[in-house]
Amino acid sequence: MIEIDALHKSFGQKTVLDGISLGVTQGESLCVIGQSGTGKSVLLKCILGLTRPDAGRILWQGKALDRTTRPDFMNRFGMLFQGAALFDSLSVWQNVAFRLRQRMPDAKARAIAVEKLARVGLGAETADLMPAELSGGMAKRAGLARAIADDPAVIFFDEPTTGLDPIRARRINDLIRGIVTETGATAITITHDMDSVRAIGDRVALLENGRIAWDGPVAQMNDAAPLAAFLGQQNRS
Amino acid sequence: MNPVRLTGRGTLWTLRGIGALTLFTLRGLFRLQPFYPRAFLAQLIQIGWLSLPVVGLTALFTGAALALQIHSGGARFQASDVVPAIVAIGMVRELGPVLGGLMVAARVASSIAAEIGTMKVTEQIDALVTLSTDPMRWLVTPRLWAAVLTVPVLVGVGDIIGIMGGWIVGTQSLGFNSTGYLANSAAYLQSWDVVSGLLKGAVFGLIVAVSGCWFGMHSGRGAAGVGRATKSAVVAAAVGILAANFVLTGMFFE
Repeated sequence: MIEIDALHKSFGQKTVLDGISLGVTQGESLCVIGQSGTGKSVLLKCILGLTRPDAGRILWQGKALDRTTRPDFMNRFGMLFQGAALFDSLSVWQNVAFRLRQRMPDAKARAIAVEKLARVGLGAETADLMPAELSGGMAKRAGLARAIADDPAVIFFDEPTTGLDPIRARRINDLIRGIVTETGATAITITHDMDSVRAIGDRVALLENGRIAWDGPVAQMNDAAPLAAFLGQQNRS
Repeated sequence: MNPVRLTGRGTLWTLRGIGALTLFTLRGLFRLQPFYPRAFLAQLIQIGWLSLPVVGLTALFTGAALALQIHSGGARFQASDVVPAIVAIGMVRELGPVLGGLMVAARVASSIAAEIGTMKVTEQIDALVTLSTDPMRWLVTPRLWAAVLTVPVLVGVGDIIGIMGGWIVGTQSLGFNSTGYLANSAAYLQSWDVVSGLLKGAVFGLIVAVSGCWFGMHSGRGAAGVGRATKSAVVAAAVGILAANFVLTGMFFE
């Protein structure tokens, strides 16, 4: 469904992505892991078109993403940002229904927003709150509701549990797993939290020095030597 | 470093900056589709309506002080009677647009830069892109047009309030007759005086909004980055207004 082909990206002298090739199939949940600064977020930004790669291609349903194909791609995905990235000037329901309001009346968009908020465990009373009135966990849930508001075919999760305590992190992981399974959406998660990988992922790819050091099913990750080193570092930190 | 190379690098940097700012302004003004009426309406209120108190108060005190100055200065060569005309012409041509523009710069450029800068550092601008929304069209275009359209209105209202400030001082403490003061104010004003002031207002509005949006969109990381963007936006808008005022005054009245 999404194919990354020999992607290169450098910032000045620093090579961040050094010929990355990676694919994700329909309905699969791929987790990309790696230490801080290994290029996980840059990879995500290249896929989303927020950063232009120096070389390489990203294919969506067999077609290279460019000016003509990107709008269709952009309309088919949702994204949960690390800090939720809710718009401060809009209420929670207006955030969730942001895309919907551009093509349907407010009343209908609000009804869908309230339904999606309920799906992520937020009551209708949160709909009229402003983002500044939400706790970190609630903001993350509202961000998740926004990501799934338009029934996307692909959902990106950028460090979904960062900044949450272990209990809230587990709840978010369970929620993401449930939503991905229920909607059949393809999921790409950028994380360094191994609990998230175990809860969310079908497949895991380890990013190291701008390259994919290991790529395989989550069930096999405990036996993979490159991952053992990464897990050891994680445990020490 | 070689001074020739240094000069060349500085020239290229400056030209690149001017080019980028020009393109940014043109894109902000003319990439209108899709247009977001809700965002535009919110900015009309934010930039225009909510700036009215500060612009009105500034104009009121400026008109009043100008009347006192002209009266005491004019007394040196027996020209105290020109107070109404000078206050009206001074307010409409120069002080209304410039002081109104500066007050809007202080209030609006800082708030635009801080808002957009915060949106940038908290990934809200990236979120807009992922929601198939062009940040230029959603954030910049409504602010630019709202400022271009509302600042002339603010200047016009400020002109009237400034003239009334002079009238209050003139009639209450300088001994002018009320009807005579107003008749004198109107007698020496020409329509071009008013129109040129309003045109200045439109240009100053554009400068304010472009400064706020440009520095907000190019804000550095964290609170310090947003703080720097806010400060730069206000300074650039204020200097830009004063420079543009000099150029426009030359164009309009030379």
